[in-house]
Amino acid sequence: MDLINAILVLLNYTIIPALTYGSQLALGAIFVTLIYGILRFANFATGDMMSFGTMFAVLLTYYFQSIGINFGFLPTALLTIPFAIFMMILYMLLIDQTVFKYYRIKKSPPVQLAMVSVGVMFVTQALIRIIIGPTDRRFLDGEKFILKATEFKEMTGLSEGLTIKSTQMITIVVTIIVVAIMFWFLNKTKTGTSMRAYSDNEDLALLSGIDPKKVVLITWIIAGILATIGGILYGLDKSYRPFVYFNNMLPIFAAAIVGGIGNPYGAFLGGYVIAFAEIFLTYAYKRFLVYILPESLEPNSLMQLLSTDYKFAISFSILVIVLIFRPSGIFEGKRI
Amino acid sequence: MRNYLNIIVAYSIMMLLIILVGIFQSWSIALTIFNYCMISAVMTLGANIQWGYAGLINFGVMGYTALGGLAVVLVSVAPVPEAWSVGGVNMMTCLGIIIIMIFSTRYILKNIQKSKKKNYLIAGIIIVGLILIKIIAGPAIEQIEAVDPAKTGFLGGLGLPVLFSWIVGGLFAAGLAFIVGKVALGLRADYLAIATLLIAEIVVSIIKHEDWLARGVKNVIGLKRPAPYEIDLQTSPWFINLVEKFHSAKLDLANSLSERQDILNQLVIDASSVYVKLCFAGMFLIVVIILLIITQKALYSPWGRMMRAIRDNEEAASAMGKNVVKQHLFIFILGSAIVGIAGAMMVTNDGLFTPGSYRPMRYTFVIWVMVIVGGTGNNFGAILGGFVVWFLWVEAAPIALFFINLFTAHLPETNDIKIHLINSAPYFRFLLVGIGLLLIMRFRPQGIIPEKIIKQ
Repeated sequence: MDLINAILVLLNYTIIPALTYGSQLALGAIFVTLIYGILRFANFATGDMMSFGTMFAVLLTYYFQSIGINFGFLPTALLTIPFAIFMMILYMLLIDQTVFKYYRIKKSPPVQLAMVSVGVMFVTQALIRIIIGPTDRRFLDGEKFILKATEFKEMTGLSEGLTIKSTQMITIVVTIIVVAIMFWFLNKTKTGTSMRAYSDNEDLALLSGIDPKKVVLITWIIAGILATIGGILYGLDKSYRPFVYFNNMLPIFAAAIVGGIGNPYGAFLGGYVIAFAEIFLTYAYKRFLVYILPESLEPNSLMQLLSTDYKFAISFSILVIVLIFRPSGIFEGKRI
Repeated sequence: MRNYLNIIVAYSIMMLLIILVGIFQSWSIALTIFNYCMISAVMTLGANIQWGYAGLINFGVMGYTALGGLAVVLVSVAPVPEAWSVGGVNMMTCLGIIIIMIFSTRYILKNIQKSKKKNYLIAGIIIVGLILIKIIAGPAIEQIEAVDPAKTGFLGGLGLPVLFSWIVGGLFAAGLAFIVGKVALGLRADYLAIATLLIAEIVVSIIKHEDWLARGVKNVIGLKRPAPYEIDLQTSPWFINLVEKFHSAKLDLANSLSERQDILNQLVIDASSVYVKLCFAGMFLIVVIILLIITQKALYSPWGRMMRAIRDNEEAASAMGKNVVKQHLFIFILGSAIVGIAGAMMVTNDGLFTPGSYRPMRYTFVIWVMVIVGGTGNNFGAILGGFVVWFLWVEAAPIALFFINLFTAHLPETNDIKIHLINSAPYFRFLLVGIGLLLIMRFRPQGIIPEKIIKQ
């Protein structure tokens, strides 16, 4: 019985939150990796682009709520996803046409493009703050919990409850669907194959008649979908605050590089590696140990490896270690 | 002379703008902007050495700035004897352990052949060291932080003069740059950017959360100042006399003696803040000029030519027998040290150390915009970039407000869009800086004052 309780504690406080957080990071990391693999630059505007897409979802959610549309027990924000994605893709294509295209045609070095993306970051951040303001916004409605701790306790008679928030479930399910469709697209369709060819060897791809304009367009569309969905899922789970998205960019980069930049599978797994490392290293294991250890060995401290203040620092340290010992990432990078 | 014409024109316009702020807003604001421009200029000089001379991209400016600030606290604040007596020995032991860890790891790296045994040994040393540190430092940190937490709760500094901390700030930053350089300099340009950015975040999060070191997010206030305090000036007779002499015409207009006294008091208060800022401005100017002379000499020395050769073609330079790795590390340390000095200057100017305020937006990306806008590889350009961008960054809100009012003049005061726009005026600074960067990158990628190569 104690063992089940111990497992429940872990599920509740580490595994489920880590899966949720990891999914959100994974979507962002695939976004970074796609841009890096096909357009060949590190996009410093990642976090703000995600925030920009989410902003539309927040505004549309408020609008839908005001005219009385809702999605039953699911959050209204899920209804707004297609519209938000559409706006996001428009914005990305606009940015691409006005800013990135020039440097792409000129074949500028990646550093210059990264610098340009810093400029895009500034502009996007300004637009977000001017349109919606920097305040904290919650836009989650519908059922909050799928499974409440008290209900679970009554059902099973265990002393530990299991809580599953609806946002956690939605995040995991939506991520699986999106990522599955994307991998199917990249591997099985002709367009997806041509994108991988373009990423592997640009000159060869051009020689074999792949239209670079089309590849770039599709890349931005997929990037827009990933950025918006990733941003909305994060916003639903925590809350929407423009500033936080900028900070999230750093663990997302870490996830993309740890997984091997340019490799979407790696980025997907990298997101979970980062999330699990962050949560497992900062979790206080006291309650877990109380269940599995005999009473005489019970710990009296919190049994926490690192304070939660260092949550971000952990992902960065993992990244630095990976960069030193395996710069191409855990899963071979630069291959779509 | 003609070679320098564009530099002179650009600097004159900049000075004119600051003087205009002085006339239209106030001299105190103008001097604050000027001081911050100067601090930014030092930071851009540092970043420019790395990017412009050697082509190394360092997005960790924030980390070095924070370390420079930390140096001010550790050098100038008076030590806290109670904290030292409860936890000093333990903390010093930990420092010793860390040093032993480093040297033993180095010894293993040098003297043991590459094998699995070596990796296990290093991992063992690190794990044992960390456990020891946790056991020894844990209780000591709790005790130190319990010493009068509202006021101190940290070990304090050395109580030395604050100007000394500028040098120490540079040394701290150089130390960090040595480690970062050893670890990350082999990476490709954009990887290096991300790695340095993340390492800077780690440094800042350590400063933020290790309260025993510098009070963390509780901030350290009331730092020593190398300039006189306003309060002291306002009560010292020589200063009041000086103000009286300076404003005698204005004072003569007063009708009665009491009115004259009121005006004089107000003038003395204003003048004291201006005087203090002038003192800082003088000190900063000296630093900027010294750095400018040194960097200018370095740029046109054989060493500078070698750096440019390495930047433009690494393979060719290393084929000519130049040690690229060593030179990269050296210039990385040099640039970072200058940024560290700027960090110390900034904290000295503010008189307070607020680790929570170190954000990558303000201390990394804005500095980089300055370098790009001013002119990479040209020290005059870098300084100008610092001035222009900081000026825009500060004055963007008033400028935006002016334009919003201009364009929405026909709308009534209660119009929602107008109110919303006016409320979001402060955020136009991001827009202005971002668009500025994009325009410069597109139409003048070499910056306002481009790099100039003098052929002898």
